[in-house]
Amino acid sequence: MTDDKVSENTFDIEALRAGEKGEFTRLVEAYSGSIYRLALKMLQDSQDAEDVLQETFIKVLNKISTFRGASNISTWIYRIATNEALMLLRRRKLPIYSADESFQIQDNDEQPKELEDWCCLPEKELMNSESRAYLDESIKALPYSLRIVFLLRDIEGFSTRQTAEILDITETAVKTRLSRGRMRLRELLSVYYGKQLKKLD
Amino acid sequence: MDNENKCAYLLDYLSDYVDGSLNESLCEEIERHIVECEDCRIFVDTLKKTIYLYHTKEKGSATVPNDVRKRLYKRLKLEEFLNDSSESKGNM
Repeated sequence: MTDDKVSENTFDIEALRAGEKGEFTRLVEAYSGSIYRLALKMLQDSQDAEDVLQETFIKVLNKISTFRGASNISTWIYRIATNEALMLLRRRKLPIYSADESFQIQDNDEQPKELEDWCCLPEKELMNSESRAYLDESIKALPYSLRIVFLLRDIEGFSTRQTAEILDITETAVKTRLSRGRMRLRELLSVYYGKQLKKLD
Repeated sequence: MDNENKCAYLLDYLSDYVDGSLNESLCEEIERHIVECEDCRIFVDTLKKTIYLYHTKEKGSATVPNDVRKRLYKRLKLEEFLNDSSESKGNM
């Protein structure tokens, strides 16, 4: 989803405010899939993700009269959804890092260590079911503040400006967190694919 | 600046560089550097590949399982619009 793609989703705000169910259903259809995916990747629990999904649209329904149209409706909805997800995380008091020790990274661990060139691995190695599971596990290793930015920018495809608006942080903070998140993921993927590379040798 | 310091200095800009959102002079500096520095060249390539892999993996994965969708529609009192034939797919 690029900026252009976001603006493709146009909704009749007056109809939404007037409580027209058909228009609201269109909104739910357009965003429920990506909101559910975001919640699932943030919370790593399908029941929690479902709670976030439901609470998000209940709030959208209740607050649509306060939507001024100054921001894109998608950033407005995602702002509600990310707040719901972060509130739930605080309530659950989930550990910040993955329980799996092999995925733990120290906070000051910013320097690249793994410099295997695994780009040449064949697509079937890069994207087999084990690799896909590893990609998911690696996201879990990111602290929430980096994880949410990575998900919004690189999975959901929001721009830096939109992500800043959703999370109510500066664009500089978005860029810094995205950079740190990507670098940690690159590090983890390099450990994994570096091993695959050696197996093929 | 020696090569090692140059790597550390440019590291902060590489995420913006792969996004194509970096100013021209820094882009040129990075491009000149990665011709000479194998480690940084690998770093840039594997960073790009990391982003590409996540992007590819998640493409088309924005779906809501049918049972989750049914409960959502019920909670929102939209049952009359529920179409059981397909899973909900966002258009992005």
